[in-house]
Amino acid sequence: MWWTRLRALIVKELLAVLRDPKGRAILIGPPILQLLVFSYAATLEVRNVDVMILNRDSGHWGQELVERIEGSPTFRRIDIAANPDQVRQAIDNQAVIAAVEISPDFSRHIEAGTAVDLQFILDGRRSNASQIVSGYLTQIAAGLAAETPAGKRATARAVSTIPRNWFNPNLTYQWFMVPNLIASIALLIGLIVTALSIARERELGTFDQLMVSPLRVHEILIGKLIPPMMIGLFHITAYILAAIFLFELPLRGSLFMLYGSSLFYLASVVGIGLFISALSMTQQQAILGAFLFMVPAMLLSGFATPIENMPDWLQPVTLINPLRYFLIVVKGVFLKDISLAEVIDQTIPLCLIAMVTLSAAAWLFRRRLE
Amino acid sequence: MTSIPDKTELVRLSGVTKRFGGRSPALDAISGSILGGEITGLVGPDGAGKTTMIRLMTGLMLPDSGTVEVLGFDTAQNPAAIQASIGYMPQRFGLYEDLSVQENLNLYADLRGLPKNERTATFDELLTFTDLKRFSDRLAGKLSGGMKQKLGLACALLKKPRLLLLDEPGVGVDPISRRELWKMVENLTREGIGVVWSTAYLDEAEACNAVLLLNQGKLLFSGKPSELTARAEGRVFKVSGMSGRKRQVLAKLLDQEDVIDGAIQGEAIRIVTGNSALPDILPAGDGAAVVPAPPRFEDAFVDLLGGGPGGRSKLAEAQQTLPAKDDRPVIEAKGLTKAFGDFTAADDITFAIRRGEIFGLLGPNGAGKSTTFKMLCGLLKPTAGEGRVAGFDLRRDAASARNQLGYMAQKFSLYGDLSIGQNLDFFAGVYGLSGQRKRARVALMNEIFDFGRHAGQSSKDLPLGLKQRLALACAVMHEPQALFLDEPTSGVDPITRREFWTHINALVEKGVTVLVTTHFMEEAEYCDRISLIYRGRSIALGSPDALKASVVSKDNPDPTMEDAFIALVERSETGAKEAA
Repeated sequence: MWWTRLRALIVKELLAVLRDPKGRAILIGPPILQLLVFSYAATLEVRNVDVMILNRDSGHWGQELVERIEGSPTFRRIDIAANPDQVRQAIDNQAVIAAVEISPDFSRHIEAGTAVDLQFILDGRRSNASQIVSGYLTQIAAGLAAETPAGKRATARAVSTIPRNWFNPNLTYQWFMVPNLIASIALLIGLIVTALSIARERELGTFDQLMVSPLRVHEILIGKLIPPMMIGLFHITAYILAAIFLFELPLRGSLFMLYGSSLFYLASVVGIGLFISALSMTQQQAILGAFLFMVPAMLLSGFATPIENMPDWLQPVTLINPLRYFLIVVKGVFLKDISLAEVIDQTIPLCLIAMVTLSAAAWLFRRRLE
Repeated sequence: MTSIPDKTELVRLSGVTKRFGGRSPALDAISGSILGGEITGLVGPDGAGKTTMIRLMTGLMLPDSGTVEVLGFDTAQNPAAIQASIGYMPQRFGLYEDLSVQENLNLYADLRGLPKNERTATFDELLTFTDLKRFSDRLAGKLSGGMKQKLGLACALLKKPRLLLLDEPGVGVDPISRRELWKMVENLTREGIGVVWSTAYLDEAEACNAVLLLNQGKLLFSGKPSELTARAEGRVFKVSGMSGRKRQVLAKLLDQEDVIDGAIQGEAIRIVTGNSALPDILPAGDGAAVVPAPPRFEDAFVDLLGGGPGGRSKLAEAQQTLPAKDDRPVIEAKGLTKAFGDFTAADDITFAIRRGEIFGLLGPNGAGKSTTFKMLCGLLKPTAGEGRVAGFDLRRDAASARNQLGYMAQKFSLYGDLSIGQNLDFFAGVYGLSGQRKRARVALMNEIFDFGRHAGQSSKDLPLGLKQRLALACAVMHEPQALFLDEPTSGVDPITRREFWTHINALVEKGVTVLVTTHFMEEAEYCDRISLIYRGRSIALGSPDALKASVVSKDNPDPTMEDAFIALVERSETGAKEAA
């Protein structure tokens, strides 16, 4: 009996989303857009930047440095400045992100084997990119320094470092981004589909119709919980396929663990969505509420910036963010063969969050009936 | 009469057609005119094209073909000139609910460019005219439905218009305010102003000087309402004193070939015949009397639409007779009270509804009938008192009680994106029908209501009449003992309404119990008993005939339901004053 009722509700929920042209658009548009934008456009790497060089040295070493910078694939255009004013202007107008000034006695000092300074001027308005450019430039300068007579003598005594990146040996950007997207798309779709579901019924007046039917409150909640989870699983699967076949990510861990953990992740996301939905009177409020949750959830998840970098008082807030835990699982399954114990460690908090949000939604839902 | 009203032609419609999307036109080649100094009723059920017509006259929208001339200007050429000299009151009055009455007036005076020095006098006149002076500081959102409409009217009248367009001013207004509103508008016509009053209520239509009767975008009639009513002259009869169940008698009468329409009116039955011969009233039994009755606008409208449906209800024929287990009432309200903060929406409502009875909650919007209704179907928790359905306490056994009730909401509130079939499947499933029985019930509903051709269409795109049928089908799918109907036929055409009540009447004969809310006086006549709800209290309870009889006076020997309502409200108010 209860299964008949529940099945009817689940089928109806799926149909209501799929038969509505706007609903279908939400399910297809944002996921494709997000995949393309994040994996191709919004890269965090610094490439194609322009730099300027003011070479006041007429000797060999100054020319060598210019050529090395010109030869680096990171930089798109190298401007040669004639005087310091041009440097100032170019930085001011953001025509270049960095300028290198080579002093007139650069080659002379090197040949003499004495210390010499090299000046980088960086655009602090783009602090992150500047930092990275500074790193590139320093690396080029260090390469040059190693080949100077003094440098050659020093190499014998210096410790040389050879960096090796585990899990993502070539630091391929998409290897980092696509697993993040798998988690965030499930958050986006799960939240929006659920947040709209009750609010839409309220707006159309069908909610009363549902409430006078023999469906019990928990049945309604389960009926509202399962369809968005099914849709979320569908999107996760689509993204996993894209990750493997389109972006050629290694799949080192067990998909089985990924799916197992994602059930709890989706349940916690949908719980939050139901809570927002029960709180909102209109679809507009529901959408706004969903975004109000989603933006901080993305920022506080370790998606783009490591949680360890956040101030101490903010870090505990991330503990209630389901995205935080699931990100570790997805990245772990794709890039390193994450162990079952680790997955369980991340899944327990997800399970707790799901229990809290779902009971909060149920409580609010009942209270709203008064 | 001191002055002869000026009857110039204010609006001329020639072959006006307007389409939205690919379906049949919203207005189809309408021609007609509207005169000054008259109230012209724009009459038709919801979706007939009334609002479209009014918007065309304001120049806010242009016709696809044909022309609309208002005050001598073509709406396509010079809408600004028209808008400067008309008053328009949209359906959802364009009032700002968070502004007070006075602030709303100020705002509209600014918008309409009313000179500052004229304002004091104009405001004073309008506030007196609408009797809103006492409430000028009150927020518009806190006014009753009737007062809102009056304020909307005042805003539309700020700059004395030559043409006043009122879109369904009578909706959501209690009968007393409705009469007041009507009188105000009538006064305006004496000054030569032309008034367009759009309505779905046929009693309002009857009172207009002229009507344009629309149905599904087509103009069915244009002229004086009495001309149309006269077509049914001599064909309307009242059958009274019958023996046996009146609903069964009505069904049998409707099945006779020459009877084209019939409805229950208290203890009597009104019928309209195809010819003026006295109908055969054999089914009414011995002792029944038939007398000619004055025709009404509705009779003629039904006649124009080709007559109402027959008296048979396949739905009820397929229904098992519900055995009476005991004499206990099926729906019971005991001291039901609901308070929202310090506002008591329903105050100590008590009644009991027997098996096979139609019980009506009658009252204007906001009176508390919806609150009472919602408490009885478990949508609201009462602050005090208790409600029972089919013997189940709504507080303890809500789910068991809900299995026994069918619910039909006020506006179409099924899933618009789902097709008819999917809606039926959903409701069957939610009420626990499965397998063979589910298939049988769904097939039965499809057959009874003739959904076949439309089965795959999204239900939001269905015509209003079909939506109504679908809502009924979903509500009775699980053969409930009690049916809860919230304003079931407001805005639908009379044929659909007849069909609906044919089903309900027949279901009641099978032992189904019905609770219906309505603000529609005619619908109240279908009920066995009525509770009049006013300001949260039940001010009278009895059969329609008894309520009418209780207000018979020398001036009004044959009061209508509306007369009874007004008299009883006034009586309760004087009673309250004396008590205070």
